[in-house]
Amino acid sequence: MSVPKLEQLSKSVVQGPTLATGAIPTMDWMDIPVVFKPGNYAYPAKKEKVEYLDSLSGLSFPNAREWSPEDDDWKLPEDWKDIIIKGLSDRLDKFRSLKIFMDCCVRCGACADKCHFFLGTGDPKNMPVLRAELLRSVYRNEFTLAGKILGKMAGAREMTVSVLKEWFMYSYQCTECRRCSVFCPYGIDTAEITMMLRELLHLVGVGINWILEPVSNSNRTGNHMGLQPHTFKDNVEFLVDDVEGLTGIRPNVSFNRKGAEILFVTPSADVFAEPGLYTAMGYMILFDAIGLDYTWSTYASEGGNFGLFTNNETMKKLNAKMYAEAERLGVKYIIGGECGHMWRVVHQYMDSMNGPADFLEVPVSPITGTVFENTASTKMVHISEFTADLIKHGKLKFDKSRNSHVKATWHDSCNTARAMGLIEEPRYILDHVVDWVEMPENTIREQTFCCGSGTGLNTDEIMELRMRAGLPRANAVKYVHDKHLVNMLACVCAIDRATLTSLMNYWNPGVEVCGLTELVANALVREGENRPELPEGLRTMLF
Amino acid sequence: MKYAFSFLAVIALVLIAWLGSQIPGMPYLFGVALPYLALMIFLGGFVYRVVHWAKTPVPFSIQTTCGQGKSLDFIKHSKLEAPNTTAEVVARMFLEIVCFRSLFRNTKSEIHDGPHITYESSKWLWVFSLIFHYSFLVVVIRHLRLFLDPVPACIGWIEYLDGLFQVGAPTWYMTDIGLLAGVALLFGRRLITRHVRFISLVNDYFPLVLIFTIALTGILMRYFLRTDIDIVNVKQLTVGLATFSPVIGAEIGSIFYIHIFLVCILLAYFPFSKLMHSGGVFMSPTRNMKNNTRAVRHINPWNPRILPHSYAGYEDDFREYMVEAGLPVEKELPPKKDEE
Repeated sequence: MSVPKLEQLSKSVVQGPTLATGAIPTMDWMDIPVVFKPGNYAYPAKKEKVEYLDSLSGLSFPNAREWSPEDDDWKLPEDWKDIIIKGLSDRLDKFRSLKIFMDCCVRCGACADKCHFFLGTGDPKNMPVLRAELLRSVYRNEFTLAGKILGKMAGAREMTVSVLKEWFMYSYQCTECRRCSVFCPYGIDTAEITMMLRELLHLVGVGINWILEPVSNSNRTGNHMGLQPHTFKDNVEFLVDDVEGLTGIRPNVSFNRKGAEILFVTPSADVFAEPGLYTAMGYMILFDAIGLDYTWSTYASEGGNFGLFTNNETMKKLNAKMYAEAERLGVKYIIGGECGHMWRVVHQYMDSMNGPADFLEVPVSPITGTVFENTASTKMVHISEFTADLIKHGKLKFDKSRNSHVKATWHDSCNTARAMGLIEEPRYILDHVVDWVEMPENTIREQTFCCGSGTGLNTDEIMELRMRAGLPRANAVKYVHDKHLVNMLACVCAIDRATLTSLMNYWNPGVEVCGLTELVANALVREGENRPELPEGLRTMLF
Repeated sequence: MKYAFSFLAVIALVLIAWLGSQIPGMPYLFGVALPYLALMIFLGGFVYRVVHWAKTPVPFSIQTTCGQGKSLDFIKHSKLEAPNTTAEVVARMFLEIVCFRSLFRNTKSEIHDGPHITYESSKWLWVFSLIFHYSFLVVVIRHLRLFLDPVPACIGWIEYLDGLFQVGAPTWYMTDIGLLAGVALLFGRRLITRHVRFISLVNDYFPLVLIFTIALTGILMRYFLRTDIDIVNVKQLTVGLATFSPVIGAEIGSIFYIHIFLVCILLAYFPFSKLMHSGGVFMSPTRNMKNNTRAVRHINPWNPRILPHSYAGYEDDFREYMVEAGLPVEKELPPKKDEE
């Protein structure tokens, strides 16, 4: 899909007749139908991917077929409505969050302009409150007395095909970033609503390919990219070669090694594509410098978990590989690389779903002896926690001037900030390795803005939507780019590294994106090294 | 239209109480039967709803962290924003429920040419909400005077503080003004703020109009129509209600029946409406859970048994490639048959 020119979109977001810019729709939102056209929806999942997922034990992905959102007929099963209502009823009995969030909203509107999708599109149904009302209206109709008696008067409406289409449209215009839940007086979390909507849609075979294909790849090959074991190993070894070429020291890596002390899991994008590659090189340099006894796994070669964007069963099935592999290899604990949603799963779901990991030990840094008490049960440490601890104990020596080509700013990833509270560790690390500045205060820490393409929306066919949704983040970067000549947006998220790169290229050319560990490795001074001058750090092209 | 309907509904209710209470014998319906019925619906409905929520499991620990979680010793933990202990959760919830902390954070975004997005602190909703809720709370507490005999001293203190400025005769209570103003401000905001107006339902306007009218009739009784009602009879009735021996003496006055009828409607409406946020706010998983999930396992009572694609299956799928690439395998390749 072609993306509008920058000037065009810049005008459109400010002057377009949207609710965000001051135009008030004349129709009630319930009367505005959704219209699918090229560019405003992500492609539906391919039939064979859905069939494959449906064939897996523990998962159910019915109604595999060829279909298009633009068609009137979505080829839903005949009893689709019963399936949806029954599905909603089941989930109301399983998730207290859903019940409370259905019942408690007072429509105060505090969440409305907190959503990056609303700010970028101005579409009223992208206000978190209205996104939830899409579901709440059906909930009222089926499950509340007032809704049953008073109908539309009480904000209730029938479940119809057009409501279903609306759910599809708007549950895939939410990145489950949870910014709205910070501002909601009752903590209503739109991520929960979106997750439920997506679960319900999968019950009738409505899902997108950009999510379900990585999910099926992950299941079979171990990672989103579908890299088979030998290819994964090759990719990592290319990076080993690059590191040797750049720094003069060949980092020691191993794969599927039994008896290693630590299993290292990171998103596969880090070994596959720029700029994540440099972050992966950073991990190797860091671990090699401290002599860490760790192994990569080709079987559990994906930290990311697109199951989180699908349904809780799929999330569990994919996540289970980490513990299974840790147990098989007999490691003591796991270190996790830089990823946002992976860390939401690890921090808030993994132990409940696939624990207890009693075959692992409470993580202890072999270098500093620090016991990571905060991970006593999960036994999985975030790379930034691990690195910050190394720095605190003086185990790493840095030369900040090796990052002198970088003026960085820090992007808090939604999940690590709002679903984990990992906020200060990265800043502590940044202070030691690079010259950096903060973006404006309403756009960082717990108020950070999403890249606009999370939850499996980083697909090219919806590029305009992504550029719109990423505008609040891009705009905050632009501010420090203009004011402080920032040229690097650092983060701890693999999706960010991919999507922010597109976003910066569009809105703020001249700003690159990197992982935190890349900056760490850039500045790291190793004993006995014979490192050439690297004017652009690990990105330096050597001939 | 939605707000207009709310007005119509409340006007209809007022007429019902006004006309109805004039029919001989009906005061007992409005003064005794309906209050008991409404109270039963309120208590029963409220408890039912809370139990209904409480019975539903919380499968995952989905706290929203609004600050630094507890991790390393030298990283300053934000105890209120990412609580790690029960005491810290209680403190977070206390500030949320008593001070409306999340609303205090509210910002207003604007998009300017450039594009250039700005965010500024916006405390109006927070202020309006505080005025409304606290005025309502004090008004309700003051009303206990009517149901208790003797009247506890603390109610006298509250009344004294509430009327501290001693304006007018009888002295105007600040919270009477506060309640009317709070409702009016929230209502006005709903009409004027464009996005809030767009999302508002009848369910949002109706309770505001209803509470406004309740406050208005109360104020009329206390300050302007004092001669129309007999306060001694009112107290006799209300104390009687509280002691399950209600008596309606001489005529009390229609305005009183309108007031009490609207209160009954509010009570009966409460458990079926968004007003249940008063119970739900205590139980929201994003706010009332600890952020210690990597340290202490949270149990999902319905955790389904789902196994990953097994390593053995994975190796079977790729063994040949793995051996060729020098990756360790659990099961070696079958020996090659000699070619002949």
